Amino acid sequence: MTQPAENPADEQGRLSALRRLLPFARPYRGLIALTFTGALLATLAQLAVPLLTRRIVDGPIADGDRGALVPLLGLALLFGTAEAALMFLRRWAMGNSSLAIERDLRDTLYQRLQRLPVGFHEGWSSGQLLSRATSDVSTIRRFVGFGAVFLVVNLVTCVVVGALLVVTYWPLGVAVLVTSVPLIAFGLGFEKRYNAQSRAVQDEQGELATDVEEAVQGIRVVRSLGRSGLVFGRYDRKALRLRELQLTKVRTLAVIWCMFEFHPQITLAIVLVGGALAVNTGALTVGGLVGFVALFTVLLWPILSLGFLLAQAQETASACDRVGELLDAPLTVTDAPGVQPAEVARPARLRFEDVGFRFPGAGDPVLAGIDLDVAPGETVALVGATGSGKTTLTALVPRLLDVTRGRVTLDGHDVRDLPLSQVRSVVATAFEEATLFSMSVRENVTLGRPGASEADVEEALRVAQADFVHDLPWGLDTRIGEQGLSLSGGQRQRLALARAVLGRPSVLVLDDPLSALDVHTEALVEHALREVLAQTTALVVAHRASTVLLADRVALLQHGRITAVGRHSDLLAEVPAYRELLSSSAELAGAGEGGAR
Amino acid sequence: MTSPGSGAAATTSAGGAPADAHADWRGVSTEEDDALTASASTFLRGRSRRLLGELVRPHRRSLWWLLAVVVVQNLAWLAGPFLIGVGIDSAVPALLDGDSGPLVWTTVALVAAALLDTGSRYLFLTGSGRVGQEVLLALRRRVFTHVQQLPLSFHERYTSGKTISRLTSDVEALAELLDEGLDGLLTALFSITTIGVVLLFLDLPLGLVALLGFPLLYLVGRWFQRQTTVAYRRTRQTIAALIVQFTETFGGIRAVQAFRREPRNDELHARLNEENRQANHRAFWLIAVFVPAVTMIGNVITVAVLGYGAVRVMDGDIQVGVLTAFLLYLRRFFDPLQDIAMFYNSYQSATAALEKLSGVLEERSTVPEPADPHPLPAPIAGEVVFDGVRFGYGAATVLPGLDLTIPAGQTVALVGATGAGKSTLARLAARFYDPGDGVVRLDGVSLTRLADADLRRAVVMVTQESFLFSGSIADNIGFGRPDADRTEIEAAARAIGADGFIRALPEGYDTDVRKRGGRLSAGQRQLVSFARAFLADPAVLVLDEATSSLDVPSERLVQEALRTLLADRTALIIAHRLSTVEFADRVLVMEAGRIVEDGSPAELVGGTGRFADLHRAWADSLV
Repeated sequence: MTQPAENPADEQGRLSALRRLLPFARPYRGLIALTFTGALLATLAQLAVPLLTRRIVDGPIADGDRGALVPLLGLALLFGTAEAALMFLRRWAMGNSSLAIERDLRDTLYQRLQRLPVGFHEGWSSGQLLSRATSDVSTIRRFVGFGAVFLVVNLVTCVVVGALLVVTYWPLGVAVLVTSVPLIAFGLGFEKRYNAQSRAVQDEQGELATDVEEAVQGIRVVRSLGRSGLVFGRYDRKALRLRELQLTKVRTLAVIWCMFEFHPQITLAIVLVGGALAVNTGALTVGGLVGFVALFTVLLWPILSLGFLLAQAQETASACDRVGELLDAPLTVTDAPGVQPAEVARPARLRFEDVGFRFPGAGDPVLAGIDLDVAPGETVALVGATGSGKTTLTALVPRLLDVTRGRVTLDGHDVRDLPLSQVRSVVATAFEEATLFSMSVRENVTLGRPGASEADVEEALRVAQADFVHDLPWGLDTRIGEQGLSLSGGQRQRLALARAVLGRPSVLVLDDPLSALDVHTEALVEHALREVLAQTTALVVAHRASTVLLADRVALLQHGRITAVGRHSDLLAEVPAYRELLSSSAELAGAGEGGAR
Repeated sequence: MTSPGSGAAATTSAGGAPADAHADWRGVSTEEDDALTASASTFLRGRSRRLLGELVRPHRRSLWWLLAVVVVQNLAWLAGPFLIGVGIDSAVPALLDGDSGPLVWTTVALVAAALLDTGSRYLFLTGSGRVGQEVLLALRRRVFTHVQQLPLSFHERYTSGKTISRLTSDVEALAELLDEGLDGLLTALFSITTIGVVLLFLDLPLGLVALLGFPLLYLVGRWFQRQTTVAYRRTRQTIAALIVQFTETFGGIRAVQAFRREPRNDELHARLNEENRQANHRAFWLIAVFVPAVTMIGNVITVAVLGYGAVRVMDGDIQVGVLTAFLLYLRRFFDPLQDIAMFYNSYQSATAALEKLSGVLEERSTVPEPADPHPLPAPIAGEVVFDGVRFGYGAATVLPGLDLTIPAGQTVALVGATGAGKSTLARLAARFYDPGDGVVRLDGVSLTRLADADLRRAVVMVTQESFLFSGSIADNIGFGRPDADRTEIEAAARAIGADGFIRALPEGYDTDVRKRGGRLSAGQRQLVSFARAFLADPAVLVLDEATSSLDVPSERLVQEALRTLLADRTALIIAHRLSTVEFADRVLVMEAGRIVEDGSPAELVGGTGRFADLHRAWADSLV
């Protein structure tokens, strides 16, 4: 799996990274061609004015022919108008193509990220993902829309004008071309350095975004411990480091820029000396020299701009690399080739067969040798100490993680041989943390089943005892805060439960679904949940005896292995480890003792 | 992998077709109004300009210095055409006469000018880069600190995605202005001024013709300004919406994948992305019109100068060299106008971002730090008093009027149904909110009179959501007391029974919680946040459902730890599981924001009130 590059300076100066953009540019090649044409023609139109100046100086002015002046001026006006019109065309076409490419690239990135396995997301901070989807994609857009065009146009201008200079007076023209060789060599050397520096800046921006995100999302912890200063200190260190990296980059850019600024001016001095000598020998007219100089001044801007355009290209190349790291991350949890949906009964039989799981690169497996058969309609509770692998086990059913050994089957079909979408529609999950999104209650509840009927939604809300949503200002249409923060923990958990039971799925996976509920509500939910559980196959992670009682059987998970399976009362009587974990008598004894004190 | 083509197809259908059954997915809420009245718009502009002014003000001296550098650089840059003109008009004829002196001197002057120009350009680029970075750093610090101080009610309303977009995307919009803009603007302004003067000096009538373009430029500029103000505001809103969608999707990726939300999210993202594209497109369109318009004006003026100049040369009023130089200067006169157009564009974009940033900065804390804080008497005893406290969220009253005294060292359990006001009471005690009426006191001092640092040292709240920061487990526990050493951190973890699972992790206390395999379960995270609070060692501990995800043995360990921990300190505990209540000195049963029962656990269990019922129900639930 791809990780953020540790040392981006290793492979530097690879403008070839830009090749990655080609598939994104292809649909807009017409517009891009138009952009280039507009830019080139506009540049050529610009050349008309110096050429016409020469004609006017050598022609009407020298002859004192006022009549000949008018058509030439008309021509100049025509070219001037053409330049403006072409400029508009170029900008219009450029805006359309570059913004469309930005949109497509961002959509593709988002779509890809959504499909990368949960394991990938645990290794990447979302600040890094965000900075790639926003800043880097925008950097690419700016280059596609401006830099790339002018890099090409200005190079073409240099070539064309260079040729014209040679044609105008070849000895001087060739001299100009020769002077550009050291510039190019020197410039390329600096570009490599710049590439590494801009990559460092982009990475640090991602780090900073991560800090921002954590500071904002962890605001309760920061506030209640009064650690704003500590969090600020962390952020500030990164912000300071970013500033240093930026300044290093600025210095390199300044050197590049200055080189490209100095060069044409020195060349101009050479042109003057050479031109004057040529006029002296009669090889060139004064008008010819004026024209030559005027033509050369057209080159000032294109040469100067090559400096920062190449810099921009480097910056874009490293942005492409950063985005590419995400696009290239392997989709490890995907549909096997040629999968077909298979018949899965409702309720289905869920089996774990010799299942093992190990995080990539980790030593000990989290789960090993798990054999568990959940009959259709049966509810099995999963009991184990914190860290025994319960949550990992539940993640294997909807393929949030894939087994690294053995298999998980639904009605005899390996979940990896079924289409991912089918597995995830057959299996519904309520996670230990209730994740809600900032959208309407309805949208949150119908997350997995957008086509659910009103009656289904009401039914799910009833089972989860989430009728409180009707008391919200706009009922089911109320937007609940991100992460449902304006709701209490119990309310959030009930909504997440409603989401899971909506549409009565064939297999239900509940990860400690009632932990945040008060005793009274818990009893109500349990009562309603029993009806649902009677008709579905369910795996319920439980910490409490009360939750365990929802199940027909209990599996005890210890250090990644199932050590006992049976009825709650039997396990309680026979398995000391189980008693230790769930012993209500101990709890009751403690309570009685406390009560008597 | 989806091809870009299909992405485009999807967005067209999403963007163009309102025939979406779930168009109102986002739900209803009180939202900021997109359409602004003229006066509101002016107000926003003013506010954002003020912010920019405040940010730039400390760098006035540097800016003057940079301006001086720009002046030198431009003089050197402008000397070029002038020297060429001199070269053609005097050095070439002199050379023809056999005198190479003028040519040598002109050439030396040209090289000197180029060196001066390049040197001062370097100074300017590095200097303006430094100012730009300082301004950004100041803005980052300011917004970050401010957001940290804003109350929870702000964060709940604003959502983290929007705050993140303010601190990333909006700050970067200003960075763009400083990167590209400052340089262009100063150079352009100076070039235009000096070249304007030079033009008038070279030949007054021709110069006046050149200046004719300005009234037209002004009109075009006005139009551009009005249009872009609206257009860029829209781009800031749409990118923020995109960022919110993005952060929420990947914050809740497990739920997204488990519930096959991806296709729907693709659609929503495509729509927001398309809206962002359209907003940008509008801005691009405006520049596409504005810049060529400026160029056109320049070209018309150039032709006019060329024609008039030619006539003047023919009339013998000026020399050919003057006309050549004039035309060269004219080019350098109008090129910077494009730079100004581009600067103006970045400026408009940055102003829209600053409008949003200044909006956040204007948010006042509803729980402000006192200007003149009252020191807490040391040692802190921990007596908490609610005196006639009334509190509500908006119109809904949660606590109608609460009087409660918790003597120092007492452990109080709060019991009651969801919505009874337990969490509100806890949050008032930790000053996450201030009461509407009445006062909450710690050791006789109103919480509103305490410095935040004092308050947080004295009162710590542990909530159900145990957020972990990136870094190691040890870092996260150390968050409770930054100066704690490893021994103390490990002691805290041991005390609440978290030591075992931490040692079992691949790298023990040094395991990075964001790295694969380091992901902790909800229960484990609650243990870490308990250890964090334990290490913080406050006089008053507020626990809001802090043990809900723990398994029974862990909870037992935590409770044992609490027994010792809470022996000599004040505690306010909200728990659904009444086992936690057993070791409380006192139980408060709340209903509809009022305390309906108050007594020791034994008294209440033995009685016939609500707590006795609850306790029976709970005991039954244990089976």
